[in-house]
Amino acid sequence: MTVPSFGRRDPDARGYFGEYGGRFVPETLVAPVEELEQAYREARADPAFTADLEVLLRRYVGRPTPVYEATRLRAALAPEAGPGGVARIFLKREDLAHTGAHKINNALGQALLAVRMGKRRVVAETGAGQHGVATATACALLGLGCEVYMGADDMRRQALNVYRMRLLGAAVSQVDAGSRTLKDAINEAMRDWVTNVEDTYYLLGSVLGPHPYPLMVREFQSVIGREARTQLDELAGRAPDVVVACVGGGSNALGIFDGFVDDAGVRLVGVEAGGEALVAGRHAARFATGVAGVLQGTRSYLLQDLDGNIEPTHSVSAGLDYAAVGPEHAWLRDLGRAEYASASDEEALAAFRLLARTEGILPALESAHAVSHACRLAQELGRDRIIAVNLSGRGDKDVDAIRTREEAER
Amino acid sequence: MSRLDHTFENLRRGGRRGLVTFTTAGDPDLPRSADILRVLDRSGADVLEVGVPFSDPLADGPVIQRASERALRAGATLTRVLDLVEAVRPEIAAGIVLFTYANPILRMGMTPFVERAAAAGVDGVLALDLPIEEAGAFREATTAAGIDPIFLLSPTTTDARIRRAAELGRGFLYGISRLGVTGARDAIAEGAEALVARIRRATDLPIALGFGISRPEHVAAVGRWADAAVVGSALIEVIARASSERLLDEVARYVRWLGGDAAAGVPSGTVPATAGER
Repeated sequence: MTVPSFGRRDPDARGYFGEYGGRFVPETLVAPVEELEQAYREARADPAFTADLEVLLRRYVGRPTPVYEATRLRAALAPEAGPGGVARIFLKREDLAHTGAHKINNALGQALLAVRMGKRRVVAETGAGQHGVATATACALLGLGCEVYMGADDMRRQALNVYRMRLLGAAVSQVDAGSRTLKDAINEAMRDWVTNVEDTYYLLGSVLGPHPYPLMVREFQSVIGREARTQLDELAGRAPDVVVACVGGGSNALGIFDGFVDDAGVRLVGVEAGGEALVAGRHAARFATGVAGVLQGTRSYLLQDLDGNIEPTHSVSAGLDYAAVGPEHAWLRDLGRAEYASASDEEALAAFRLLARTEGILPALESAHAVSHACRLAQELGRDRIIAVNLSGRGDKDVDAIRTREEAER
Repeated sequence: MSRLDHTFENLRRGGRRGLVTFTTAGDPDLPRSADILRVLDRSGADVLEVGVPFSDPLADGPVIQRASERALRAGATLTRVLDLVEAVRPEIAAGIVLFTYANPILRMGMTPFVERAAAAGVDGVLALDLPIEEAGAFREATTAAGIDPIFLLSPTTTDARIRRAAELGRGFLYGISRLGVTGARDAIAEGAEALVARIRRATDLPIALGFGISRPEHVAAVGRWADAAVVGSALIEVIARASSERLLDEVARYVRWLGGDAAAGVPSGTVPATAGER
């Protein structure tokens, strides 16, 4: 990797993490993206900007979110574990942040940046609706206009979040193109941005898209990892052995990884959506079957066919149902610093039910993928080990979909 | 001198302005797409932009998105588009420029792609999401294969980047007349003339101006500043609306009408005010 242009672990001046990242945008967006990079660079170095954001995170979002040890979950795993017992499991409770997921950390950071840049209108994409809700919330708080693009299939799966966004004053625009999910919502948000660049800020929700988004979103989410590190020191007396997080675009994962990436003794594990099966069109495990390519402004691993068209994806969780992954994840994986596994729809649903019944927590289906894999690891690693899981969001939004599914199975 | 250089040289010598057409390869299907290219050439198009359909055309408006979907359903892929160009090339006088997103090229591999494209008789390639900063390998490979790399310039492009694109580009430069995605409009954007003037100050390369052009008066207006006008979405609407039997006649009539051939008459039911821009 060439010399970082900003600070520690930053991409190079062209926005590359190793050979991933970059800025693959239509010509009209080059200047706006450069303007954004400059504005972000200045904001990042401005103590007043950081202070404004910290106040909001503390007083409005409710940070720090707690870290909680899931002892009854651990006990429930014991019967199927070997003689070595079960590792301790700690949950970083991003589900308790205002609006119910980690997405608010980034939405507030970027909305403050939009204000600083003098933009009065914000557009965003959303998959599960959590980023859309967080963006609508930040825009309501800061008095910005807000339009959220959402795939038609996701609007059906996450109807509750659609209504929440509208209550918050945002316009929600249905996207009927392509697979009618997150990928198509990003296409549509970018089309809006390219048409309205003069007064509009594109508030991208994950560590995706052209430079500087992958860097900027990671930095706004890194508060998760900083807090978790301190909290685990207090609770467990040391850093965890493994940190586990689900990976759609990968912002909650990079947020918590950031607190531990410099500590080579901590394993970093991302969990992708295994869907129904690891067969084209039925999953979203990019690292399982993907190939490097360019989509939506960045070079990373992609689920694509032999002709370079993007393959359809599937996951029970809308937030993981995406054909590409953040470029920094691709880099961390090539470096061997992070490893990536997958959990199937059924495994995630089982973990959802288990966490609900043992701990009284309904996780988002996205986060349930991380819980599922953490349970598997806890049984493998044994009682002397510590696992930290980023519980990135709460599951209220998924209750309807799960009920429909359970009723159909009956 | 490339075929595109000759085309624009001849236009300048004849005091004429060029017409560049954009169609999506494989829309409505590959055989008819080949027929359409032949007809466009015979009807007066000077350069044929051949769109490679892509699953995620984020720079395109609804008209070209739908055309891409139809073409993908009809089985069009980059490989088959190159086969199509190879098949029609001997019968066509116009320059042929592939208009594509980066990923299909990257999937095939830059070197195999340019070799295959050169063998097929492709004259130029424009990759929508490879701005000059990301186009290093693309430019090297295309120029080495004798293919002109075409770069887009937008009202948001700075003068410094216009100069850079003028240094790196070959054949012609493609000016985008307005912000936004592809799609026809009622009128040419204000600011289009200013963009052409900024490009002119930086280079002698021919300039084609596109996005939002659908009528003869647009073509004529663009001809006062630029070397050629690009018509895309409006033509694709003509193709989408025409019945199978009338398809080639409608295409021919529309292109002759655009070129100012009064005898062609106003095409029936064509030229919707809201068609595409590319």
